[in-house]
Amino acid sequence: MATSTSGAAWKSGDVVSDQFPAGLRVLVVDDDPTCLMILEKMLRTCLYEVTKCNRAEHALSLLRENKNGFDIVISDVHMPDMNGFKLLEHIGLEMDLPVIMMSADDGKDVVMKGVTHGACDYLIKPVRIEALKNIWQHVVRKKKNEWRELEQSGSVEEGDRSAKPSEDADYSSSANEGNWKSSKKRRDEDEEAEERDDTSTLKKPRVVWSVELHQQFVAAVNQLGIDKAVPKKILELMNVPGLTRENVASHLQKYRLYLRRLSGQHQTSMNNSFINPQEASFGAMTSLNGIDLQTLAVAGQIPAQSLATLQAAGLGRSTAKPGIPLPLVDQRNLFSFENPKLRFGEGQQQQQQHLGTSKPVNLLHGIPTSMEPKQLTSLHQSAQSLGMNMQVNTHGAQNSSLLMQMNQPQSRGQILNDTASSHVPRLPTTQTIVSTGLASGVLGRNGITNNGRGAGYNPVMQNSSMLNFPNGFPLGSASTMSGLPSQGSFQEEVTSEVKGSVSFAASYDIFNDLNQHKSNDWDIQNVGLTFDASQQSNSIPSGSLDLVHQGFSGSQRNMPVRNQSNVGKPMYSIGDIGHGNAQNTSQHLNTLLGDNSIRIKTERNTDVLADNGFFPEQFGQDDLMSALLKQQEGITPAENQFDFDGYSMDNIPV
Amino acid sequence: MDRNQLQRQVALMRSSLIEQVPNPSLPSLKLLVGYLDEQQFLQLEDLQDDVNPNFVEEIVTLFYKDSARLFHNIEQALKSRPVDFAKLDNYMHQFRGSTSSIGAIKVKNECNQFKEFCLAGNAEGCARAFQKVKQEHETLRTQLETYFKLRRQAGLAETV
Repeated sequence: MATSTSGAAWKSGDVVSDQFPAGLRVLVVDDDPTCLMILEKMLRTCLYEVTKCNRAEHALSLLRENKNGFDIVISDVHMPDMNGFKLLEHIGLEMDLPVIMMSADDGKDVVMKGVTHGACDYLIKPVRIEALKNIWQHVVRKKKNEWRELEQSGSVEEGDRSAKPSEDADYSSSANEGNWKSSKKRRDEDEEAEERDDTSTLKKPRVVWSVELHQQFVAAVNQLGIDKAVPKKILELMNVPGLTRENVASHLQKYRLYLRRLSGQHQTSMNNSFINPQEASFGAMTSLNGIDLQTLAVAGQIPAQSLATLQAAGLGRSTAKPGIPLPLVDQRNLFSFENPKLRFGEGQQQQQQHLGTSKPVNLLHGIPTSMEPKQLTSLHQSAQSLGMNMQVNTHGAQNSSLLMQMNQPQSRGQILNDTASSHVPRLPTTQTIVSTGLASGVLGRNGITNNGRGAGYNPVMQNSSMLNFPNGFPLGSASTMSGLPSQGSFQEEVTSEVKGSVSFAASYDIFNDLNQHKSNDWDIQNVGLTFDASQQSNSIPSGSLDLVHQGFSGSQRNMPVRNQSNVGKPMYSIGDIGHGNAQNTSQHLNTLLGDNSIRIKTERNTDVLADNGFFPEQFGQDDLMSALLKQQEGITPAENQFDFDGYSMDNIPV
Repeated sequence: MDRNQLQRQVALMRSSLIEQVPNPSLPSLKLLVGYLDEQQFLQLEDLQDDVNPNFVEEIVTLFYKDSARLFHNIEQALKSRPVDFAKLDNYMHQFRGSTSSIGAIKVKNECNQFKEFCLAGNAEGCARAFQKVKQEHETLRTQLETYFKLRRQAGLAETV
């Protein structure tokens, strides 16, 4: 199975190799040796590559060590060392692989549990070989959706999207997802339209670095060797029509900075998780990494003011948790979410305050739930006070790094936020999605679509059902939510202002606009935010969240928040994650990110900030990161008005 | 001739094990009917190939080895006071899973009985049901052993 390398293999959405599904790499987990042996034999008969495991912990470590070593996982529900559903969640969050549950128990509630936890199928024991013969469909479906998401953000095959709702609904484990998907689609379409219309903010035609595109880029770079990789050669290897050497050159610059930053910040496993995929392959995380770079690029587009504000805000917070090396990836992602879109309009801020006071997460809607409320609040407040002080950027950077580390899963949330913020929640529909946790993604959309819409966040955000995120992390509610209520408080946030959510996303925007090349800051900030959002359990230092928030709030004000329609997109995926369908979400996130990045045209819309409030906390960081990355990717340096090369993460004193 | 006879015996025994209708030509097999779920067992047999020619036998061996362990656990749980029904249910659930994997219908039915008593919190009922489970389990083992023996003999006869 060619699930490994670049997404190009899946570009067409078709089978990856001629022998497919033969060679599908399956991991089977069951404590019953008899069943395990039978399953192994059956799978081998189907010509799959089987690895069997009788301990869930062992299975997890196998998966972690070899992130792209498996295509699908089959797991029993009742296991002595770990509940099968818990394993399912872990896999979804960290690896975003399709997981099939199985059990002798065919009770409706158990099966429902499987669905809600994100299993893509549920088999009743005794398992028949016929049932196993078709499991490859889950792998293809997932990839197809991922690809489609990317496409949407990039070239936007609207037709495909509209044609796929049922597909999505099929494999998405939660109903919300379905809703969200459709909302997202609508938003995507809206965003698309908006983006095209809103050309004034774009200084120059910008290349959107979608996840796939970035993956191709990374593949080319790796092939040439990072030292020998020159834009011209990379361009040749990539062989993407329409891509110019200049695009590649600026992207390469960002990527280098990103790598440098990674090596410097590579301290936690989180980093690894983010970094590894990036380097290794084009897993979901990888895309995130790539997106980081993108994000940075985007960051450049953020008005200096907003960046400053964001940084200031962010930095203020980050001090709280200096030790957390956020993976750059996350950081970037955060930033890429159209900080420019942060519309920290005074009114909005106020609103945020109203709503957000209770929740510190103004800026980072739905971003790390673990963020200490007060931090968020401080961010929020600071953001507000700063108006669009660009200082935030610096802070944000810190935070993001911290944040990034903190919660990989949260990053996803962040991403969602970003996306959400970028697009002012124009579409109430997105909000519904948010509620399911997916909402974040949806919200993001809203934010995105609201690009350039000034204080129009509220409408979207309010609906942002993101608030309903179980984790209380409505990422989507960016528009109305000034901040990201760490848990469940999103609703308020969402309604409060788009800014709130946008703040998160805004930070990206802001940073971009700020052109302070402090994308790092943003990313860090954002990253942190997202991480928190996605995983409450993550120990993201709340401080980091503050930064983000701060950054966002600040950025909102001054920065012509670019409506990051893209931002919203990743959020969608994140939303999925929220529901424990990490798998799905991460996928979505990635796609969303990609979308966001595409949208990150320099639509200086403060609205964007608001939009970014969609950060479903449930999103795993990974997802967020991907979302962020995607956003970042979208924000190419081309539009870097501020000379922001986006990867100046080094500046961020994490 | 011998080979054919052996093979026929194998086939008969197998169908006796699986089907409900006892084969009159093999009176000794009358008691074996309905022991195994046809589809499941046949499926296992289908998995046998050159790589694993004795796959089913291997599986059954593994099954009996594992079930011995589970039985031990169940007995311990039944003896302890107070009886931990949750644990009992857990063990039995595991056993039931592998039982159905090899298609042992009768054993599975007894397992269901056990589960009923377990849910009702009836320790004595559980103990009785468990005895039945063990009985069926043993009976099936004997039948299967005979079956495999015949099969091997038939297989050997073939290669001769």
